[in-house]
Amino acid sequence: MILIVIPILALLALTAVAVARIRDLWAAVMFMGIFSFLGASWMLILDAPDVAFTEAAVGAGISTFLMLGTLALTGKTEKPTKFSIVPLIVVGITGAALVYGTFDMPAYGDPNAPIQTYPNPSFVEKSEHDMHGLPNVVTAVLASYRGYDTLGETAVIFTAGIAVLLILRKNEVGEKESV
Amino acid sequence: MIAQMDIGQALGLYNYWVVIFLMMTGFYMVIARGNLIKTIIGLNIFQTSVVLLYVTMGKVKGGTAPIMPLDVGHGHGHGHDSHGHEEAPHHAADAADHTMLQHPLSGRVGEAEEGPASSVVDASGHFTGISEPSVQLTGFEDAAHSHADTAHQAAEAIYSNPLPSVLMLTAIVVGVATTALALALTVRIREEYGTIEEDEILEMDRTA
Repeated sequence: MILIVIPILALLALTAVAVARIRDLWAAVMFMGIFSFLGASWMLILDAPDVAFTEAAVGAGISTFLMLGTLALTGKTEKPTKFSIVPLIVVGITGAALVYGTFDMPAYGDPNAPIQTYPNPSFVEKSEHDMHGLPNVVTAVLASYRGYDTLGETAVIFTAGIAVLLILRKNEVGEKESV
Repeated sequence: MIAQMDIGQALGLYNYWVVIFLMMTGFYMVIARGNLIKTIIGLNIFQTSVVLLYVTMGKVKGGTAPIMPLDVGHGHGHGHDSHGHEEAPHHAADAADHTMLQHPLSGRVGEAEEGPASSVVDASGHFTGISEPSVQLTGFEDAAHSHADTAHQAAEAIYSNPLPSVLMLTAIVVGVATTALALALTVRIREEYGTIEEDEILEMDRTA
């Protein structure tokens, strides 16, 4: 397993750096799709197939599509900016603080980590009975135990969709007024 | 602090470090790059790394995806069943209280290999298994058993935590909604200003 994980993680890091460095926005968007697929692969190894599917469909699919659509309207090349050391310092300090914070984190895959024990994990066994034989616990939690959360999520998406339509439509009205 | 860490501890934390590296790459793009689309891409990288952070925390060693197999039979997994029930009573008695008192880190890697020192959840899981005989598989099993005994690994399913998956499903979908909104705003800015470079926009605002 480690032979698969190490190349995936190395490629993830390389792709992220490539996205950050590349000037051509079209190539950056393509690298972003690769990044999402690599992330989805790692999620599959981390036993989260549902998240992996969503990441592949949404992160690599819809996001790339939206970005390409935007690029068609705005132009494909990034203006070279002058290099500044300040952001690198800020990022370095923040990263160092976060790495320091990980020293208190439970080890990878530890079955006794607080995240595995605090909400009583018995719901994993109960869910199949509660949901009348639904085998996927993730679906059970998403659609039923946390159903209101999912409802709120759809409300957020709906709001965002309306906002996008309003932003892009106002433009048409503005053009008519200017003519 | 780093000098005191042995190689096992470092291997147990590498996933966090990779995630932090990705996170900082996205953060750098957000604060250093003037192009608005590049900034949004940076935000997306940051968001993906946050998702990865949550998902790696939910992983249980030797576990599998939290999906129940269709045929739950008693035929296999006989060997471990007796083993598990044997130790269930004396662990389950203080399971509820002592879960909180255990410190999560402190050489957990070595401990897990040594033996069933950490089967609190295991015990409570078996309790529900006893009360409801049709459900034999237990979630969040102790990984130590499966490493020690491959036959047991085939018999008992260990599930990784489904909760981070659920939360991150919501986060990904909300994230793409905000991305769409940001991109729409970028299109609008481009039509208004004729550019999507941050410094040029600020310059135009200043002169106007």
